[in-house]
Amino acid sequence: MARVVVDVMPKPEILDPQGQAVAGALGRLGIAGVTDVRQGKHFELDVDDSVDYETLHRIAGQLLANPVIEDWVVTRTP
Amino acid sequence: MITFPGTLDDADAARAVRYAGAEAVALWHGDHDLRGVAAVVVPGGFSYGDYLRAGAIASLAPIMSEVVAAAGRGMPVLGICNGFQILCEAGLLPGALVRNKGLHFVCRDQRLRVESTATAWTSALRNSQEIVVPLKSGEGRFVADAATLEELEGEGRVVFRYVGVNPNGAAADIAGVSSVDGRVVGLMPHPEHAVDPLTGPAREGLAVFESVLRVAV
Repeated sequence: MARVVVDVMPKPEILDPQGQAVAGALGRLGIAGVTDVRQGKHFELDVDDSVDYETLHRIAGQLLANPVIEDWVVTRTP
Repeated sequence: MITFPGTLDDADAARAVRYAGAEAVALWHGDHDLRGVAAVVVPGGFSYGDYLRAGAIASLAPIMSEVVAAAGRGMPVLGICNGFQILCEAGLLPGALVRNKGLHFVCRDQRLRVESTATAWTSALRNSQEIVVPLKSGEGRFVADAATLEELEGEGRVVFRYVGVNPNGAAADIAGVSSVDGRVVGLMPHPEHAVDPLTGPAREGLAVFESVLRVAV
């Protein structure tokens, strides 16, 4: 068994109004110095040893992320 | 008309199909059966609660593998709102629909310009004709990479464009696009809500459903 983390983020060129709203709210909280916020998704998968790296990337690219608008990073910790 | 868990506009889409003079057939997301229909409408709503991404889970429903196969054989397919999102997620249409630029859910009677009448769903409209149909979406901003946008414009596959206001920040004011063969069309606004003055602005949306009868029967 392994724990796999997939982090999905909007591509840099895609406007992220949700992240901007979070950044705006930080200002209202009285916090200065945060110049940008981008919001993504974090997935944690428990997989057995039969699931190889290639399959994990298929999972990420075909379901967890939409390659048109998002990038992803797969991290496997044994 | 396909119904997924969370579909809202299947009844209105069925009504629009009947108004156009065709028979509306209910299709179920969990079936591998298109029941012999001549065309498919993927209606709006919040299929599977929009979990993961709007349309992402629905694009993998059993009925969608049948729709993708049928579209490959040239069957006309129309995706409205959430249906457009589903067709993009299923790979039948290019691009993606993301959160509105202004963050707000937008609900308004929206003016559109018909940019292509060379599709299965717009032949009863006129080029450059302007129609008003309701728009109601929170994730309606059409995006695609520069090469895809260039291809869509160059091949005349932008079908509808927002006029007056761009309500969601969509690239190039794009409200709807088509597949290469013009048989698959997706748009964010709801032509099925503009088929009866009793319940919507005029009836300028009806022509979309009348169009497909020219090619599907």
